Amino acid sequence: MNLIENVSRRSFLKGMVSTGALVLGACYYPDLLSANGLPKDTQADRATLHPNMFIGIDTDGTVYIVAHRSEMGTGIRTSLPLVVADELDADWKRVKIDQAIGDPRYDDQNTDGSHSIRSFYDVMRQAGANARLMLIQAASQQWSVASGECVTDLHVVVHRPTGRRLGYGELAAVASKLPVPKQEQLQLKSKGSWRYIGKGMPSIDLEELCNGKAVYGMDAHVDGMVYASIEHPPVLGGKVKSYDDKEALKVTGVRQTIAIDPFKPPPAFQPLGGVAVIADNTWAAFQGRKKLKVVWDNGPNETYDSTQYKKELQETARKPAKVIRSEGDVDSAFAKGGKIMEAEYYVPLLAHASMEPMVAVAEFRDGKVTAWAPTQNPQAVQDIVSTELGIAKENVICHVTLLGGGFGRKSKPDYVAEAAVLSKKLGRPVKVIWTREDDVKFDYYNAVAAMYMRAALGADGKPSAWLQRSVFPPITSIFDVDAVYGDPSHLQQGWTDIPFDLPNLRVENGAAKAHVRIGWLRSVANIYHAFAVQSFADELAHAVGRDPLDYLLDLIGTPRILNLKNTEYPNYGAAYDKYPADTGRLRRVTEMVAEKAGWGKRKLGKGAGLGIAAHRSFLTYVATVVEVEVNDQGEIKIPRVDTAVDAGLVVNPEITRAQFEGAAVFGTSVAKTGEITATKGAINQSNFSDYPVARINEAPLQTNVYIVDSSAPPAGVGEPGVPPFVAAFCNAIYAATGKRIRELPTKNAKLT
Amino acid sequence: MQIKVNGVQHTFNGDPEMPLLWYLRDELGLTGTKFGCGIALCGACTVHQNGEAVRSCVVVMRAVAGAEITTIEGLAANGGLHPVQQAWMRVNVPQCGYCQPGQIMEAAALLNNQKKPTDQQIDEAMAGNICRCGTYQRIRAAIKMAAEGPV
Repeated sequence: MNLIENVSRRSFLKGMVSTGALVLGACYYPDLLSANGLPKDTQADRATLHPNMFIGIDTDGTVYIVAHRSEMGTGIRTSLPLVVADELDADWKRVKIDQAIGDPRYDDQNTDGSHSIRSFYDVMRQAGANARLMLIQAASQQWSVASGECVTDLHVVVHRPTGRRLGYGELAAVASKLPVPKQEQLQLKSKGSWRYIGKGMPSIDLEELCNGKAVYGMDAHVDGMVYASIEHPPVLGGKVKSYDDKEALKVTGVRQTIAIDPFKPPPAFQPLGGVAVIADNTWAAFQGRKKLKVVWDNGPNETYDSTQYKKELQETARKPAKVIRSEGDVDSAFAKGGKIMEAEYYVPLLAHASMEPMVAVAEFRDGKVTAWAPTQNPQAVQDIVSTELGIAKENVICHVTLLGGGFGRKSKPDYVAEAAVLSKKLGRPVKVIWTREDDVKFDYYNAVAAMYMRAALGADGKPSAWLQRSVFPPITSIFDVDAVYGDPSHLQQGWTDIPFDLPNLRVENGAAKAHVRIGWLRSVANIYHAFAVQSFADELAHAVGRDPLDYLLDLIGTPRILNLKNTEYPNYGAAYDKYPADTGRLRRVTEMVAEKAGWGKRKLGKGAGLGIAAHRSFLTYVATVVEVEVNDQGEIKIPRVDTAVDAGLVVNPEITRAQFEGAAVFGTSVAKTGEITATKGAINQSNFSDYPVARINEAPLQTNVYIVDSSAPPAGVGEPGVPPFVAAFCNAIYAATGKRIRELPTKNAKLT
Repeated sequence: MQIKVNGVQHTFNGDPEMPLLWYLRDELGLTGTKFGCGIALCGACTVHQNGEAVRSCVVVMRAVAGAEITTIEGLAANGGLHPVQQAWMRVNVPQCGYCQPGQIMEAAALLNNQKKPTDQQIDEAMAGNICRCGTYQRIRAAIKMAAEGPV
């Protein structure tokens, strides 16, 4: 674990607490495979046989598997335990899932960056193999036979020569007396004998998700708790000057109001400050809040206006900026002439708008905090709560509920810190509930970005020079108010790793200061970078009269590993030799999706068009073909989406398909309607009325997902579907209408 | 005032302007009905009032005096699963699942009124229910499956 800790600490010092920035190799973690000194938080901990942090086996044969990642709809609470169960040869019907509390001994628990399977696949296999070996050893001891004569079958150990069998439950007590095996003793199952990996299982929570019994943060309840709704400063960094709560206190059910201190910059995950209304139920808290009269000191961000800011970003993008990758000699190549192409692209701030708004329950008692929260990152809850309350981190117990969507927002636990701060002030448990308006106005937004693209096309129509420049307020600004440049973990996202075969390439990044909190949102910087790169590729194809698919394949070029030595490339925290950027794999998904979608062969109706885009993100290769139909009123329908995915080994194919179906819908919202703006520093949008997201009648009617059968190491599936969808959608609009989309969202474009 | 929820009679003496949603959640502990937007834009709070789908975040207590309310917890008879819920499971509809009680209640109401809904009728009935995970394709498939009869 020491290597891991060192790397992540170094990253932290650089302000890179970021999506996929943690380096988690396929190495063996002795600490994770030992159960020594653990608090008895889970059933697994309390089970008779508890060989490691992730497994408990009781004498009745029940196998408890610990889910240490957060469930927000990606099925991770099912898929990682499924890997354990496979190696353990456990009967899935006899497996129960325990949700872990936040505890650094589980190593990283920040469920973001589409890296849960990738980072823990090997560990989970080893955990399962470790328990399986102990059961085999216990059986061989019972039978006084050599352990080599014993094998496992479903939930039993079998003595091969005699056919005797002992169930896991029968062996648990004996096995618990044995020493935990060493790594070199473990034998992992061969691929041919996998029961679950690659086949998958439905969500372990499926029935409860359908019968209303699933417990989200919104549903957490502690006896004696009161309800809080908080009026936040409308402008980031604002402070309460004064407030009048006389009318608020008259509302039936309102108990009191409490001012929460403003944060000291940088904001990080601190509470925003404001005035909390405490009440006997949620409704009373909301009503009381409406009656509050607060006078604010808005602070310096009051000057922020998103229309003006957009112009500034675009101006910056037109000027030379910080060079972050350079290949060949771009200036000389441009000087030689050719057909010069230029384009500017723009993507506004985006909000997450998970269906469950921010919510948390916290109870401060005897110097300790217990929290129940829909959080992607329970250890970050421990960090911020311990800092805010001045208590030790281990005195913060964070129970992770189901998340009603996360998309990156719930990796930032400001709302949990609010509940803890209020509970300490009130001396009783508090449930903090954000309204939808709070959620939209006080998000950590995906960065607004302006991109400038310039290429010189030679006689063969291919780019002899390529310059691309992106400007966006960086996520690191929430940790360092002076940060204005993108950090490598975000510049890598579809930007420095542009997958095209370009002899002369320069990649630049301009400065932008943040005036709102910027954060990770499903696929993050890949959204705007892929939009620019893949739209520009489409523009170039049309400019030289080529088919966009053929031209895209030409740009991708021959199969090769990208040489990224001339840039700082974190590779989503993965070793580059294990997960190299392989244009052959990108090419294969592109060809595959084109064939499946009937590219060039399909008969399309009036006003219809197909667009294509290909993109690698989170170590996964995705190519997408979108069909749009644009009617005389400029309304866009999406009859069909085809998407091909090479995510390496896929543990749970059905859930993976669902992730890419969902990504097409998420991408629809990004492309068509997603737009957050601000006036005098305050966010203009408030709810689904002015921050609309795709509904059933606007979403793609049919999304077909094709998964490449691959034995490459597993990569991400939660996020990578979004970026190519957005670009392919816009390219399809061009094919259908001849109108080029250079700014999102398309609701602002005139398509007729 | 009197209100019947999932077949159980209750007496309510609180603020008659309080939306039904908060009565169900905070007072009865029926948390399957979700809060999503508070202004009837997302459908996460959908319940049945005398058999019709309504948004409990805007239906105030005064308006449901004497009504029969059914929530996701009471949709199926005898604590089992309603055919719509069964179809939902067969198709693996939910991702995060937060909106799904509302989606299921809306779909059950649709199928009460329309035995074999077309794509367009599904769109019209379900357009008020947002799913941010984007499970619409499976919602459509599950409604059609449920419409075909017992799963």
